[in-house]
Amino acid sequence: MSELMRLEAVSRRFGGLQAVQDVSLSIGRGEVLGLIGPNGAGKTTLVNVITGVHRASAGRVLFEGRDITRYRPYQTARNGLARTFQVVQPFPELSVLENVAAAALFSGGIGGMREANRVAAEKLEFVGLSLAAGKPAASLTLAMRKRLELAKALAMRPKLLFLDEVNAGLNSAEVEIAMGLIRQIAQAGVTIVLIEHLMKVVMSVCSRIVVLQNGALIADGTASEVVSNRRVIEAYLGKKYAQAASGEA
Amino acid sequence: MNRRRDVVLFAAILLLGALPLVGEPYTLRLGTFACMYAVMSVSWNVIGGLAGYPSFATAAFFGLGAYVGGVLLTKGATLVVAMAFAGGIAFGGAMLLGAVLLRLRGHYFAIASLAVAEVLRELTNTATDLTGGGMGLNIPLGTSTVASVAGEASFFFLAMWGLLLLTLVVVVAVERSRLGFGLACIRQNESAADMIGVNATLYKSLAFALSGVFVAMAGTLYAGWVHYIEPPDVYDILFSVKPIVMALLGGLGSTAGAVIGAFAFLGIEEIVWRNYLQVHTGVLGFLIVALLLFLPNGIVSVGRRIKALRARHV
Repeated sequence: MSELMRLEAVSRRFGGLQAVQDVSLSIGRGEVLGLIGPNGAGKTTLVNVITGVHRASAGRVLFEGRDITRYRPYQTARNGLARTFQVVQPFPELSVLENVAAAALFSGGIGGMREANRVAAEKLEFVGLSLAAGKPAASLTLAMRKRLELAKALAMRPKLLFLDEVNAGLNSAEVEIAMGLIRQIAQAGVTIVLIEHLMKVVMSVCSRIVVLQNGALIADGTASEVVSNRRVIEAYLGKKYAQAASGEA
Repeated sequence: MNRRRDVVLFAAILLLGALPLVGEPYTLRLGTFACMYAVMSVSWNVIGGLAGYPSFATAAFFGLGAYVGGVLLTKGATLVVAMAFAGGIAFGGAMLLGAVLLRLRGHYFAIASLAVAEVLRELTNTATDLTGGGMGLNIPLGTSTVASVAGEASFFFLAMWGLLLLTLVVVVAVERSRLGFGLACIRQNESAADMIGVNATLYKSLAFALSGVFVAMAGTLYAGWVHYIEPPDVYDILFSVKPIVMALLGGLGSTAGAVIGAFAFLGIEEIVWRNYLQVHTGVLGFLIVALLLFLPNGIVSVGRRIKALRARHV
C-alpha cells in the first residue's frame, strides 16, 4: 500500500495548552483509518492542523509527498483534502443542491455551473437527498444535514476524506445508512479518516485504528489490538479498571 | 421570479437617459445626484450585501476619486483618463487594504473601514502642494466637451448616468459569476467556504475593490461637475452612511433594491429638505428609522408582503 499522507512530529499549542503533541503517523492509500480518543483528546484539532485551519506549531504534514504544512484551508481543499464538520456547516440560504454545487465548483476541478449542478445532483442521489435538492439547507433535519455535509465533501472529488463524527446524534437506523455510505465511499477508492465515538462503527468499518489521548498518539493497530491495549483501556476507563481487567485475564 | 422586475428597472434606468431632452437644470441636477447615489449604493452592495462585510469606506473611495481625478484634471488630463486613473488607484488600493482590513469581521471591520476616510482626509489636508489642502482645489472649467452652462449640466448628467449603467452591468455580471457565488458562500459561512476551496481573502478583497472603483470614478465626475472640492466636502462621513441606508431601504443584498433604494432616498431627502429646512436631518433620520422598522426587508419586499397579506385574508 503506497503512502498518501505522512505526519512528522506534528504539534500544536494554544498558549499553555498542548492540544496536539508530537504526532507521527502514516496513512496509506485506500485505508479506512479510525481516529478515536476521549473527549478533548485533540482529534478535531489534529484534523484542523492537517487541513490548514490551524497551523502546526512544529512538525511537517506531507500529502502525496508534498509539504502542505503551511497550506491554507482553501488550498488543502483544492488539493484533495475534504472534511465534514462535527458541527454541521451548511450555507443556510442556499438550496441543498447549490450547497453541493458550490463544493464541486470551487474544489472539484469543474469549470461551469451546469457541470457543477450535474455533479451535485449525482452526489445528492448517492447520499439519498435527491428529494430535498430544492429546499433551503436551513430546513433540513440533523440527519439530513449530516448527509448534506457528506455530499459536499464528496463533490470535492477528495483523495482523503475526514469524517468528523458523522454519526453523532443519529438514531440506530440512520447510523446503519451512514455506515453503508462510508463503506461504498471506501470501495470507490477514497482514503478515509473516521473520527468516531461509536465503537460499533469503528470496529466494523475501519481497517486500522489510532488512539489519541491528551494530544499524543498512544496506540496504533488493528481493531482487536487496540481494544486490548492497556493504555487505551486506561485512557477510557481509568487506571483501576485497567488493573482489574488485566488481573482477571 | 425577479427577472421581470429587473427588466422593468433596467428599462426605467435606460429611459432616464432621455432626461436632458425634457429637463430643466434643477431636474438635471437631481438626476445627476440620483445616478451618483445609485452608483454608491450598488457598489456598497457588493461588499456589504453580497459578501456581508459592512463597509464604511465609501466616503474614502469617493474622496480619493475626487482628489486623484481633480488633480489630474487641473494638470490637463482628459476626463476619461482622470476617471480611469482614479478607478485604477481605488481598485489597487482597496485590494491591498482589503487583504489587511478584511481579516476583521463584523463591527471591527466597520470601525476599521470608517478610519480609512479619516486617514485619507488628513493626507489630503497635509499634501497642500498637490491638493491645496484646506484651501480646497479648483478644477478648471472646460472638462466637459460643451461650453454652455445648460450643456454642461446635460453632459455631467449623461456621464453619471453612463457610469451607473457601467456599474450595473459589471455588478450584475459579478453577481452571476463564480465570484458572486463564492461571496454568497462567504457571507453565509466563511469557514465553511474556506473548507470547500473558496479563496476567501482574495474574493473579499476583490469585492472591496469592486465596491470602490466606480465610487472613485463618480468622485472624479463630481469634482469635474462642481469645479471646487475641499476635504470635508468629499470625505464627508455621510457619503459612507447614505449608501448603506439606501441599500437597506431598497432591500439588502439586492442590486435592484440598491438602485430603488438610492432613488427613493434621494426623493425623501429632497422632499424633507424642502419642507423642513431647519430640522431636515432630524426628520430624515426619523423617517429612515421608521422605514427600517416597518419594512426591514426593503422596498423590493413590498410586493411579497402584499401577496402574503392577501393570502391571509382570503
